Amino acid sequence: MMRALTFHGTHDVRVDTVDDPEIINPRDAIIRVTSTAICGSDLHLYDGVIPGVLPGDVLGHEFMGEVVETGPMSTLEKGQRVVVPFTISCGKCFHCSLQEFAACDNSNPAEKQDMSETMYGHAASGLFGYSHMTGGYSGGQAEYVRVPFSDVGPIVVPDHLDDDQVLFLSDILPTGWMAAENAQIQPDDTVAVWGCGPVGLFAIQSALAMGAAQVIAIDHYPHRLELARALGAKVVNFRESNVLEALMEMSGGIGVDAVIDAVGMEAHGFAMENILDVVKQKVGIGADRASALRQALMAVRKGGRVSVPGVYGGLADKFPLGALMEKGLQLRTGQTHVQRYMKDLLSRIEEGELDTTFLISHRLALEDAAEGYRNFKEQQDTWTKVVLKPGMVTATN
Amino acid sequence: MKRKNLANETAPGIAAVAVTGAIAAGIGLYVQSKKRSRNTPADSAPGFTARRSFGEYDVVGRSVTIARPRDELFAFWRDFANLAQFMENVERVQPAGEEGRNVWTIRAPAGQTVDIETIIAREEAGKLIAWRSVEGSDIDTEGRVTFDDAPGKRGTRVSVRIAYKPPAGEVGRLAAKLLGREPQLQARHDLRRFKMLMETGEIATSARRRDQTRAVKQAEKHKTNQHADALKENA
Repeated sequence: MMRALTFHGTHDVRVDTVDDPEIINPRDAIIRVTSTAICGSDLHLYDGVIPGVLPGDVLGHEFMGEVVETGPMSTLEKGQRVVVPFTISCGKCFHCSLQEFAACDNSNPAEKQDMSETMYGHAASGLFGYSHMTGGYSGGQAEYVRVPFSDVGPIVVPDHLDDDQVLFLSDILPTGWMAAENAQIQPDDTVAVWGCGPVGLFAIQSALAMGAAQVIAIDHYPHRLELARALGAKVVNFRESNVLEALMEMSGGIGVDAVIDAVGMEAHGFAMENILDVVKQKVGIGADRASALRQALMAVRKGGRVSVPGVYGGLADKFPLGALMEKGLQLRTGQTHVQRYMKDLLSRIEEGELDTTFLISHRLALEDAAEGYRNFKEQQDTWTKVVLKPGMVTATN
Repeated sequence: MKRKNLANETAPGIAAVAVTGAIAAGIGLYVQSKKRSRNTPADSAPGFTARRSFGEYDVVGRSVTIARPRDELFAFWRDFANLAQFMENVERVQPAGEEGRNVWTIRAPAGQTVDIETIIAREEAGKLIAWRSVEGSDIDTEGRVTFDDAPGKRGTRVSVRIAYKPPAGEVGRLAAKLLGREPQLQARHDLRRFKMLMETGEIATSARRRDQTRAVKQAEKHKTNQHADALKENA
């Protein structure tokens, strides 16, 4: 048996004692988790707006740890320290061969593929600790995790880098990087990023690393804007300034060359019946402003590029298709093909080019995970990133 | 009613016109069908996808591309005993004496099983296997799997079509109940599992423990039902 953060219902997650995992398939490995984070998209689950999350599900998709058991076909060895990508990918299918790891055909169990196939025309791949739409795999906010296709996903990390330096290779660092890559940044570019959550901040860092001349960060949480500023971005607080006007002025009337929507739907609806309301009223930075994506499409220059790492799940109403076509825009989006980026980003961390530790605001014992969720949701300005340590002694006892 | 076989079909293209031979045994019904003007020329879509009825027969199927060589996939399928590895409702398939004859033991509701004996009706090495139930089977069924080279280096396009007609009577009632478990969905799931097994060497499961996998639970549920039924009979 082991301890794990489980979903019980909306705003009700608890650390329970559950069955510990065992090797089932030949390519599996079992990881003893040393660090695991709460992700912004975990708040979608917490708010009960993602379909297919069931009571008892173990959450968490950003995790790393030590290999404690391996299946006969795993390439890992006991004792190795690994970071595990949140996307589960077989490495053998058509999509994996194109390095489209987040589109893997074989990682989502057959009977779980129907819902996404109905909604999107094609089935989603498997993800850790998320919805049963993406497999219903037990996640990383636990003492142990069964990791399928362990010969493809996990990356072995050197001992001289500590957990905090490499944990975010599992999701948000590659997600921010891919967001910047999707914006196809050129040296003279002005890039605008909506949302200064972890992904937005890493997208800012990545855009600057890729040589953007100017990055403008948009949010309303003062502390988060300060983090963006510290990375080298200019900042616009949408509660203080007119965003569209500001961006036009700051880009000399041309409009920004590339825009990145790192907001997505946030925690305001995913179920089909909520979608229209979400898009009409709720999609935006924070709670009740206009849609970030709509604003981004207006702000981007003619012939510009639109990158969407923010999570969307349903249908959009009043989507400015005309702006997309008439301005000749390019739109790129998608779940992150994590395995494609891990190796390169690990070496950038090793060389000191990228630092991810600035993001971590709180480190808690796994036992205190429920409190971590509550604060991450309710105090977004200062609780920028929560890392859970299963080995840590709880502060509340 | 005169019956043609899936096995007589030669190319997928013909399927569009020929309404999958008479998967439907229902050429007659097809003509009666008012869904399509008889003057409309056939399009290039596989016959299976047509918007019309197949008469008394239910037809399910799908195509999937598998990144493995054609011969390897053919050989795996040709050994019918392998099919139980990825077909969820199939408990086992055993050779029945004569070459090409097999008995399929299929899980039915209430812990029962239905045996269907099939023969290989047509076979082209590396290309096609067609089977059909022998005269007097509980379920009148036929199936066909084809293996084509996929474009480029994408491997093999595998297409499966299965047609069946549940008979009348007590067995028929049982069979209908069995097949009522969304056969289209079942076929889709089975083919996905086939792809997983061939490409990755395993079938994806999100279970944490071996006794919680869907395959094990399915088999156990079946046994429990059998047990419950036995108790009922004794009572």
